[in-house]
Amino acid sequence: MAARKFVLNENLRELGLLMFIIALSAGVQARNPVFLTVSNLTSLFTNTAILAILAVGMTLVLITRGIDLSIGATIAFAGMVSSLTVAAYPTISPALSLLQGTLIGAFIGSIIGLLVARFNVLPIIATLGLMNIVRGLTFMVSGGKWVSSYQMSTGFKAIATGKTLGLNNLVVIAILVYALAWYFMNHTRTGRRIYAVGSNPEAAAISGIPKKRLVFLAYALMGALAGLAGVLWVAKFASAQGDTAMGYELQVIAACILGGVSISGGVGRLSGLILGTVLLGILNNALPLINVSPFWQMGIQGITVLAAVLTNVMVKRNTDRNALRRRAI
Amino acid sequence: MSNNDESESLLELRHITKIFPGVKALDEVHFELRRGEIHGLMGENGAGKSTFIKIITGVHSPEAGEIILDGKPVEFKTPVEAQKAGVAAIYQHVTCYPDLTVAENIFMGHEKTSGFMKRIDWKATHAEAQRLLDQLDAKFSSYERMGGLSVARQQIVEIAKALSTQARIIIMDEPTAALTQHESEELYRITEGLREGGVSVIFISHRMEDIQRLADRVTVFRDARYIGTWPIGEISQDKLIVAMVGREISKMFPKRHIRLGEEVLRVENLTRVGFFRDVSFTLRRGEILALTGLVGAGRTEVCESIYGVFPWDAGRVFVAGKPATVRTPMDALALGIGYLPEDRQKQGLILDWAIGKNITLPSLGKYSRLGWMDEKAENAAAGTLTEKLSVKTKSIFTRASAMSGGNQQKVVVAKILTNELKVIILDEPTKGVDVAAKAAIYEIIGDLAEQGYGVILVSSEMPEVLELSDRIVVMKEGRVTACLDTAATNQEEILHAAMVIDVAHDSAARSGEAYHGRA
Repeated sequence: MAARKFVLNENLRELGLLMFIIALSAGVQARNPVFLTVSNLTSLFTNTAILAILAVGMTLVLITRGIDLSIGATIAFAGMVSSLTVAAYPTISPALSLLQGTLIGAFIGSIIGLLVARFNVLPIIATLGLMNIVRGLTFMVSGGKWVSSYQMSTGFKAIATGKTLGLNNLVVIAILVYALAWYFMNHTRTGRRIYAVGSNPEAAAISGIPKKRLVFLAYALMGALAGLAGVLWVAKFASAQGDTAMGYELQVIAACILGGVSISGGVGRLSGLILGTVLLGILNNALPLINVSPFWQMGIQGITVLAAVLTNVMVKRNTDRNALRRRAI
Repeated sequence: MSNNDESESLLELRHITKIFPGVKALDEVHFELRRGEIHGLMGENGAGKSTFIKIITGVHSPEAGEIILDGKPVEFKTPVEAQKAGVAAIYQHVTCYPDLTVAENIFMGHEKTSGFMKRIDWKATHAEAQRLLDQLDAKFSSYERMGGLSVARQQIVEIAKALSTQARIIIMDEPTAALTQHESEELYRITEGLREGGVSVIFISHRMEDIQRLADRVTVFRDARYIGTWPIGEISQDKLIVAMVGREISKMFPKRHIRLGEEVLRVENLTRVGFFRDVSFTLRRGEILALTGLVGAGRTEVCESIYGVFPWDAGRVFVAGKPATVRTPMDALALGIGYLPEDRQKQGLILDWAIGKNITLPSLGKYSRLGWMDEKAENAAAGTLTEKLSVKTKSIFTRASAMSGGNQQKVVVAKILTNELKVIILDEPTKGVDVAAKAAIYEIIGDLAEQGYGVILVSSEMPEVLELSDRIVVMKEGRVTACLDTAATNQEEILHAAMVIDVAHDSAARSGEAYHGRA
């Protein structure tokens, strides 16, 4: 056999991403020593936790060749309903609030799942529709008013500010979600089948895999995570508004793409997703620290996402070509 | 055999050889087309007809040989060059823009423009399109939407498009395959009109009727080689069939003698509207039943219905004597019916996955407890199966896309075998694999029958059908035309059932019914 040739594969891509993160951090640190302080890092990770949780759900949806544009609205609605509930019944336990938000999100996700899986509505259309409906509902239930910090119980706000084992609760919840998702996606029958449906729907159907049920499940889980994130969001900002998380779905999709998840389905792993989310978190946190103007912040984010997509394309081309080269032997 | 009169020869191909990785698709092939003739081209599937067309139309370049047009050697490096030289092709499955008008389709790529801005001149476009349609006696307008036309009319548009490019050579690839008797007549008339107008036509067809009715001469290819050219009046249908199949069948794998068991599958009057009708057959344990016929005869569709991919509309299926309902592949697998799809890359495998994960995909339930995967059990099972089917691979973690066609096919077979099955349907299992892999797959098919599975083998390859099967069901245009005992039949009889015109039956079958291609 010939000497091992340089092959750009998934592992290498993630290594590159990691090195880029390190280099970026070093550069920012040189310009502003505040960056690598405990308080700044805590705020960075706390701010990124919600994005990370949502990215897990979006990854599932993207793997099935779908997309979910409704999650910003779901975050707002679940957050609004849970904070209205807390305002009305201040003694309610925070755990119940989290459950409430999750169930609301799961319900919205199920409607999308039904539309996409059962009635073959294109995901982009179904979720665009739900996005508007749910956003409208948010304004309706709140009567256009905000729920502000003083209306929320201390326990409710502690969801986002409290600590467990020395870590911020949001970070703990994100770690839990990742652990469960890692097991689900890599070591369960259902996880394997979701990848199969996204990689080659026709082959999956012939292998006797219930595609519709799995697609439904992906949207329901995405919805549940968005609902959960909604409660975390309003607890963190101690304010629930009609336009909460407007357009946030695009941030989430960007994080997935940075993490190597393919929009055309079947491809995406959690190790990459974590890096993608952290990178986006750092860009959001660090660029203001080194006085980059808001315009350039957006531009730099866009360029990073495009660079990531180009790398994804090259990784795909390389692995395919490499496989063909081996076939000839 | 062929007359080499230079004065009337328009296009000549000499010693054309085309090699694809591992296969000689054309081997020193000759062909001569005269001015104003309709030249029939026949051959079995895989004889090299498609590759041949692609050489003439500039899609492929030959490794060796020369193309002579108007007495001068030419080289078509791209389809555009061939088009400029006056060559146009019309394919069986019309390639069009369904949402555009007829006129837009005709002039796609060579739009009629005017002025400095190259603005499209719609008036001239439609006038010219309508003139071409009238010339072909078409009874529809150039303003009609392409997608709203019948297949037959779409073909007329394609012909008009060919004429609009000043084509002198028009290649028609199985144009009648999706047409009714009446529509075929219409096409014959148009084709004859083209000949009168001085256009030369290469007419590829499996239907004897087309060739007998239209062609001035007929050329036969077989196994990528040129067999001969005859004026149509000098060769009978039977002689043509012999020319197409006339090879010795090597008995590489003498049919094993397997004692047949009880009936495992019975299909009664199975019908799926628009695809097949009143299909009946039975299958016993240890039996290999070949399902053959021309491409498009409805074989794959029957199998897909039995497997639940596209459920049937009428008729009954019995598995092991009990009436069965199959609406999804999951139902079929639960009943013990497995299916190896025709297109292994698109329907059989997830190419980006390791072969081990591919193999266990249809039966993940067996390798998991309460939904959690037991990866050890899974890998062990995949390992055992790859060994059993002697898949050539370093490990079960090799990507499926890194394997040869034959080995990929073995992986798909392994996939099927992870389920508890009674009936295994193999749809063209040796399509596109090399000779050695073919032999290995034949071995596997024999083993499956020996182990007591009932095997349905869908195949267009005569040697394979005759060598492996116990019985042969022949289909033509959605119906079963013959049910033969393999020991007592031969290629000629099978091909006769698959293609020869049986006037009484044929017209009855074709008159009212819409077959594949139209819904």
